Amino acid sequence: MPQSFWHRFLRNRPAAIGLAFLAIVVVVSLGAPVFFAGDPFRIVGKPFLPPFGVYLFGTDSLGRDIAAGIAHGGRTSLMVGLVATIAAVSAGTLLGAFAGFYRGWIDDALMRFTEFFQTIPTFLFAIVLVAIMSPSRGSIVLAIAVISWPPIARLVRGQFMATREREFVQAAICLGMTDAAIIFRQILPNVLSPIIVAGSLMVATAILIEAALAFLGLGDPNAMSWGFMIGAGRSFLRDAWWLCAIPGIAILLTVLSINLVGEGVNDALNPRLRTL
Amino acid sequence: MSGSPLLAVHDLNVALPAWADRERAVSDLSIELCRNEIVCVVGESGSGKSVLARAIMGLLPAPHVHVTGGSVLFDGEDLLQAAPERMRAVRGARIAMVFQEPMTALNPLMTIGRQIDEMLEIHLALGASERRARILALLEEVRLADPERILRAYPHEISGGQRQRAMIAMALILEPAILIADEPTTALDVTTQAQILALIKELQRKHQTGVLFITHDFGVVAEIADRVAVMRHGVLVEIGTAAQVLNAPRHEYTRSLIAAVPALAPRARHVMDAAPVLLEVRGMTKTFAGGAGWFSRAERRVPAVKAVELALRRGHTLGLVGESGSGKSTLARCIIRLIEPDAGSVHLAGIDLSALTRRELRPHRKHIQMVFQDPYGSLNPRMTVVRLIAQGPITHGVAVPEALARARELLQLVRLDPAAADRFPHEFSGGQRQRIGIARALALKPDLLVADEPVSALDVSVQAQVLQLLADIRDRLALTMLFITHDLRVAAQVCDEIAVMRQGEIVETGPTASVFADPQHAYTRELLAAVPGRNWVPPRF
Repeated sequence: MPQSFWHRFLRNRPAAIGLAFLAIVVVVSLGAPVFFAGDPFRIVGKPFLPPFGVYLFGTDSLGRDIAAGIAHGGRTSLMVGLVATIAAVSAGTLLGAFAGFYRGWIDDALMRFTEFFQTIPTFLFAIVLVAIMSPSRGSIVLAIAVISWPPIARLVRGQFMATREREFVQAAICLGMTDAAIIFRQILPNVLSPIIVAGSLMVATAILIEAALAFLGLGDPNAMSWGFMIGAGRSFLRDAWWLCAIPGIAILLTVLSINLVGEGVNDALNPRLRTL
Repeated sequence: MSGSPLLAVHDLNVALPAWADRERAVSDLSIELCRNEIVCVVGESGSGKSVLARAIMGLLPAPHVHVTGGSVLFDGEDLLQAAPERMRAVRGARIAMVFQEPMTALNPLMTIGRQIDEMLEIHLALGASERRARILALLEEVRLADPERILRAYPHEISGGQRQRAMIAMALILEPAILIADEPTTALDVTTQAQILALIKELQRKHQTGVLFITHDFGVVAEIADRVAVMRHGVLVEIGTAAQVLNAPRHEYTRSLIAAVPALAPRARHVMDAAPVLLEVRGMTKTFAGGAGWFSRAERRVPAVKAVELALRRGHTLGLVGESGSGKSTLARCIIRLIEPDAGSVHLAGIDLSALTRRELRPHRKHIQMVFQDPYGSLNPRMTVVRLIAQGPITHGVAVPEALARARELLQLVRLDPAAADRFPHEFSGGQRQRIGIARALALKPDLLVADEPVSALDVSVQAQVLQLLADIRDRLALTMLFITHDLRVAAQVCDEIAVMRQGEIVETGPTASVFADPQHAYTRELLAAVPGRNWVPPRF
């Protein structure tokens, strides 16, 4: 137990590799305006140039630079993934905390509300939401957040129910603390680790949903995105495989590295699960 | 108790993994067990007494904990060298074991009859009807009423005492030469404990079994032991006959342990009956109903507290004693409003607390504070000790620097080093954490302190220190205390008055001395008679 969180995390080789790759993705995405200045939709050369020629990853059916698309698309993916996750985790945590802390009819009401969302097939629901609100970054983030928060709410509710019975919470009630102080200052810090783990894995799911929406043509029309690139390249799959393969590999590796990091965070926060 | 020993442990060494706080769980330990005797191995938690039992049975959690040297001779055969197949033949048939918690030691998905039957099936070649007759006879021998029903019952369908009887029946069915019992009565109520101890002793005499009985409780030792072995940090510090070890211990450590055992004699009363009533409880009632929701109706109704009346004078300490499930904790939680009672009123210094809403109650909460049972669960693991103690006053509007300074003073009051103020709870031992819990309760300068089994989770020597501390503080600050305990020895040490609870009702109440000397209710008499080692007066040094 004396080892630090970082020590335990970095000793886990897959997690360390995932973190390293994720760092590269972040640097390339954030640096996209520097590395690939100008509009990624701009036509730079002849269409269907193969990769590792004039351009690193070649060009697509309209002669756009695929490498620039990957870098700019990464910005979209990471932004949507992060913001949607933060929104979903916040909403889920809040609802789950109240349901688990108060129980009784508040719990019943909040959980029936949660189940209402869980009964709708999530991806169809996201498509409907984006279609109604018209595709933009904001509507995509909102749609992903709306379909993602119920599992978090359930997780947090369970954690709160268990922790609420612990004697230190009873002691806090005896001390005369307000419910808000007990929920946010006494219980929440003690249930943060499973929330962080679930959240880090949710970023990967959000990126996948965003890519799927963009593939279906429901992406933000003004933002380059990996899903859009796959969607645009899919009719040329047999003649120019790299149009789909390169953004596909980008999604695969990014999601994989986020999952590895999430697992690593889990193992590092709950070291007892792994010993013995 | 003569002749060659049945079991001889020589120079046993058991290694602990590298991350443990000491190198060896058991060091150079030698002990002998003869036919027809009960040897009690007694020690505090972490003394290695359970590891000894598991080493004999070959049940150590290898590879982390493993034997590094010595021998365990059973009928001349070294069990440490025995092959796994040979150990399987010995375990159960020749050496049987009874565990602390019968609920987890029994398979919840198999009937009691089937589990005992397995023992016979594995070790003997008998027909089904023969096996059944033998099991029924044994269930009768361990005094299980209606053995036919027990045979068909699942573990959760019978009581804790019945489960432990079934465990003992299972252990004895093959008439083993040795029975190893690892704290077999610790999880049981005191009256059940007395019955199980009597049963073990009776069966042991009848079958001439050698019993290795592991316990932390000197009362149990006095009740049952022929010889006593005292362990500390994996070392056998003293071994001798029960009379010698209990009444004339030779080793310093044994003396300190025995000195810490609370005497069953009530403490001298030094309070006046004229003091005003501080706490008055009237008609307190709480019934637990299970599973009520939008789509389900309540099915099970468990009355936990039934119309309890209670009055506590300022400066007095009232002991609420009773067995588990008697409703004493629920009553305390209803008084302090951690549980909303169904009916009844609580007056504290004339204020009717039960008429207040949860929000209105908040400022009054500082007048009643609670000390909890579990020293590990009652402190928020994410807060430093000084913050933990100061959070109450801060909540009630005391300036933060002032509250922190006062918290450091309180650490001294509960005899903890103020230098430890900025550490986290996990860095402290169980007894130290309990002191922190007391300091937290005192920080609000309460009128009434409710202590719910504050020493039950502690080792006996630590328990004595915490009890002493509580008594000192109570006398110094003229505190009024409601002290909940299942342990009559502890109650005798601490309480001026006693209220005996049973099935949600107070059956008897009165000054401790008169309740102990002349119990009026049959249940009180039963409780007093069940205190282990009640005829043994711990010597004072």
